[in-house]
Parts: sequence; structure tokens; C-alpha cells
Amino acid sequence: MGFIEQLINGLNLGSIYALMALGYTMVYGIAKMLNFAHGDIIMVGAYTLSLVMTNLGMPPIIAILASVVVCSLLGVTIEKIAYKPLRSASPLTVLITAIGVSYFLQSVALLIFGSNKRKVESAITMSGIKIGALELTGESVVTLGVTILIMVGLTLFIKKTKLGKAMLAVSEDKGAAQLMGINVNQTISITFAIGSALAAVAGVLFVSSYGFVGPYTGSLPGIKAFVAAVLGGIGSIPGAMLGGIILGIIESLSKAYISTNLSDAIVFSVLIIVLLVKPSGLLGKVRMDKV
Amino acid sequence: MKKLLNRKNIISILMAILVYVLITCLVSSGILSRHYQSLLVPVGINIILAVSLNLTVGFLGELTLGHAGFMSVGAYAGCIFSIYSNLPVYIELPLSLIIGGLVAALFGVIIGIPALRLKGDYLAIVTLAFGEIIRSVFTNLEITGGAGGLKGIDKTSNYTIVYIIAIITIIVISNLVRSRHGRAICAIRDNIIAAESVGINVVYHKLLAFVIAAFFAGVAGVLYGQNLGILKPSTFDFNKSIEILVIVVLGGMGSIAGSIISAVIITLLPEVLRGLADYRMLIYAVVLIAMMILNSSPKFAEFKQEVVHKLKGNKVGEGKEEGDGSIRG
Repeated sequence: MGFIEQLINGLNLGSIYALMALGYTMVYGIAKMLNFAHGDIIMVGAYTLSLVMTNLGMPPIIAILASVVVCSLLGVTIEKIAYKPLRSASPLTVLITAIGVSYFLQSVALLIFGSNKRKVESAITMSGIKIGALELTGESVVTLGVTILIMVGLTLFIKKTKLGKAMLAVSEDKGAAQLMGINVNQTISITFAIGSALAAVAGVLFVSSYGFVGPYTGSLPGIKAFVAAVLGGIGSIPGAMLGGIILGIIESLSKAYISTNLSDAIVFSVLIIVLLVKPSGLLGKVRMDKV
Repeated sequence: MKKLLNRKNIISILMAILVYVLITCLVSSGILSRHYQSLLVPVGINIILAVSLNLTVGFLGELTLGHAGFMSVGAYAGCIFSIYSNLPVYIELPLSLIIGGLVAALFGVIIGIPALRLKGDYLAIVTLAFGEIIRSVFTNLEITGGAGGLKGIDKTSNYTIVYIIAIITIIVISNLVRSRHGRAICAIRDNIIAAESVGINVVYHKLLAFVIAAFFAGVAGVLYGQNLGILKPSTFDFNKSIEILVIVVLGGMGSIAGSIISAVIITLLPEVLRGLADYRMLIYAVVLIAMMILNSSPKFAEFKQEVVHKLKGNKVGEGKEEGDGSIRG
């Protein structure tokens, strides 16, 4: 494969990372917590897609909707049960709980589906297109298109709607937002729902491109998506997008030109270097500590 | 010298000797079956890992998810040394332990200096990333035997050695925690800004805790390798770090005795209850979530205090509370 194909591959992978990173960034911005379970919601979305499509024989579009609904509900439920009692707890407590939730989802999936990976048919029925000598698969066209669409939609939602502005307000200052009459708990729930819905879409696109889902499918991409969110500057929506794309391209190029086995190490080294040089990420804001 | 030989230390040392005699009696009389004898070393190794991780998670209040990474760095360094050196066992073993610990500590410094500038979640992610990088590097290096593992390590560690090292770890860390440096470390956990403003060198103390924890993780790694005779990179994955974290959280963050008890429980539980093996991960997950939610609920704290009152009877208020599993700050 040539350089351009690798670049397209990277864009494809990067778009999926970007969608996941959006979920991380939104939840981090509002709840100030790293939702470790985000990656595993992707896995749940992928399993739902596969179950509805293969076992129930539904058309792909219904399966996609089902996985979006299931993931949003799951996200809100997790937030209610596990994270809400810890609103005032230390970040360490919340982080350990989130790791617990991630482990919980993985082990439940392991008990239900076993450790074997399950083959998933692609939910995208579009055929590939050809631009000159360049051949794009249907999956990558849809992935790129959907990502751009969601990105624009999300930006408009946050900038223009009341709910979106409420989210911004809560992320700036919870107490002040509450004084202005914003229902903070509801806003946080909605954020989790949107984040998880994005994770479901990412999950659908991920399995459509890779064809398999297992209990641990979400964990490594989840961590990489977090790396992408940090790289772009956590809390920043364009940052998540940029971080995701950069990370996807780095991963794809290092797989092609350096070593398949070392690509993960390279991706994580990028994270460490970025945090050293610019701890707030590429597009992140610097926050000062106050007493 | 007076400081080292206080009553508390002497009692702990006597206890340690007593427990060791008890274990030896059980082993030599054959009451402990071969299967349980083989578990003595893993229990000891998990105690070392949990007590050292407790120093960073419980006392310093920073979550590191790379403990398995430090363990593997130390394990490979110490075991490669013991393979290529042809010294008598009584020199080679302590040397390989020290080398393993020092190399892990060196990596602790390399990772710690940049990472400890970051806070909370970032530190967790950087240490996680470190663990993953180490694992994929070890899978690709030739000297470490790649994915197939490092074979032919002299099986020199037995439960006596692991026991001694575990006791040393416990003594070093519990004394450190009670020292001036330990109080500084706890102060950083409780309120970093206040700690800084009373003149505590935050970076130095964070690094101190981090590096000491890494050192003992490395030592535990060497013991692990010399017990099994083979090291595989896949053993030291993210799940291993989580397992140690579960031990610390279950025992109570900031409680060394708790870490020791829960290391014993968590190591033996899947072996005692064979049927539970499939549910092990699920149980870990529920333990993590439940402990966190319970410890931050005020009602449970009240309930726990009542229980403690009843158990201690009149002695309430006399004993100094040494970490009640909750995290402050």
C-alpha cells in the first residue's frame, strides 16, 4: 500500500478515535472525571449491533439505532449508580470507581459471550468508491462522513441550544450554574447520554471496519481515544477531533513504516511527550489552581 | 538506634518470627498440602506489591496504574543478571534483588520526574501508558526472549526469602510513613496547597514515595521470576496492575495491615473457591465500586465508627487511628 492509502487508513481510524475522544472530552469537561468505562461502552454498542443484526435479523439501520439507545441508557445508568454518589469525593475515588465500572462491563461481557471474538457483519452496505487511482472502501467513506457530520452537529448543539449552553455553564462553574437555575444533575445525565451515544456510533463504525468484537475490544481503543482527547486538549471539542485524527495517522503510519508490534508503544510515547511539552494539550486551556 | 528499636517495632519483629515459625511447622509437618505450599510465594509477592503500591495510592494519594510495569522492569533486570552471572547463590540472589529494585527505581525516577508534575487522572494515564510501552518493548526485544518469555532463570527464591523480603518491605514502608517524610507525604495527600505553603518540598516527597514504591515492585518482580523460572511480558499487563490496586483498595487505602490481610485474601480466594475463578474479575470490579461508594457515604462512616466503638469497648480514643480506609482531601 502506498503512502496515500496509509494516510486514508489513518484518517479512518482517527475518525473513530475522534468520536470516542469527543465522549471523553465532554464528560471530562462537565463531570471533571475520566470515564474509564467509555471504551467498554463501545464494546457494548458493538455487541448490541451484532445481536440485533445477526440474532434478530433486523436491518442495519435499526441495529445502529438500537445500539445508540442501549449505550445511552447504559451511560446514564452508570452515572446514576456509580458516579452520582461520588460528586463530592476526591478525584482518586472517582477514578478508581470508573476503573471498577470498566472492569465490571468487561467481566459481564466475558461471562455472557465468552472470551472468543464474535464475527460481526459490517453495518455499512455502501460499496467503495474510486477517485483516480485511489480506492476508498464504503466503510471509510461513511466513517469520515459521519464523523464530520457529528462534529458539526455537536458544535452547533453546544453553541446554539439552551441545553448546550447549560452544559458549557456547568463545565465552567457548577455552583454558579446551579444558582442561575440550571439543573446540574440533569445536565450531567444528558452529557453522559450524548457521550455514550457517540461511543455507540464509534463502536458501530469500529466493528464495521474490523469485523470482530470481544469483551476486551473496547479497552485499548478506549485508552487510545483518551490519549487523543488529552493530545488535543481535554475539554475542547475541536481538540478531541484533531487529537483523534493525529493519533490515527501516527498509529497507521508507524504500523506501516516502523513496526506493527511497536505501534502501541509509539502512540503512548506521543502522549507522554505531549504532556511534557504542553500539559494542557494542543488546543486546551490552561487552568490555574485556586485555594 | 532508640528510634529503630521502639516497642512497636520489637513487637512486630517478634510477631513476624512467630508467624514464620508457624508456617515452617505447617510446611514441614505436611499439614499444608503441596498446592497451598506453592501459594506461599505468590502471597508474599502480593504483600510486597500491595504495601508498596499503598505508599503511592494510599499515603501519597496519587493513582498509579503502572505498578506491573515497574514489577516487570525489575523482574527482567534482576533475572537477566542472575542468568548471565555465575556467582554463588548467596551473593547472586541478594545482588539480583538489589539490581532489580534499583533498575525499577531508576525507571521510577525517569517516569516520575515528568509525570508527577501532572495531577490525578493524567498521572494515572501516563503510568498506564508506561506499563503498556514497557510491555510492548519487552515483547520485541531479543534479550528478554520476546513474547515467548525469558527462560532458564535459576529458581532460587523460596518462601523463606520472600517472607524475609516482605517483612523488610513492611518495616521500611511503615517506618517511612511514621517518619517526618511520611508525614510530609500524607500532608501532600490531604492538601497539596497547604503542604506547599508550610514549606514541604512537594516534588521531592512525591518522587520519594513514587521511587520507593517502584523499588519494591521491582524486587517483587525479581522474586516472581526466580520463583517461576520464566518471565512472560503478558503477565505484567494492565490487569496485573488492577489486581494490586484491588488489594490496596480492599485492605483500605492508607492502611498497611489492611493491605497485608487483603493480599492474603485476594491471592487465596480464587484457589480456595475454585468455582469462583470465572467470577474473579467480576468480584474485583464490584469490590472496587462498592468500596469507593461505601467509603464516601457518610452513613457508612457512621456505621463503621459504631462497630469500631463496640469492638474496642472502653478503649475508644486511646489508640491512634491509622488510616480508616477513607481518603481525605
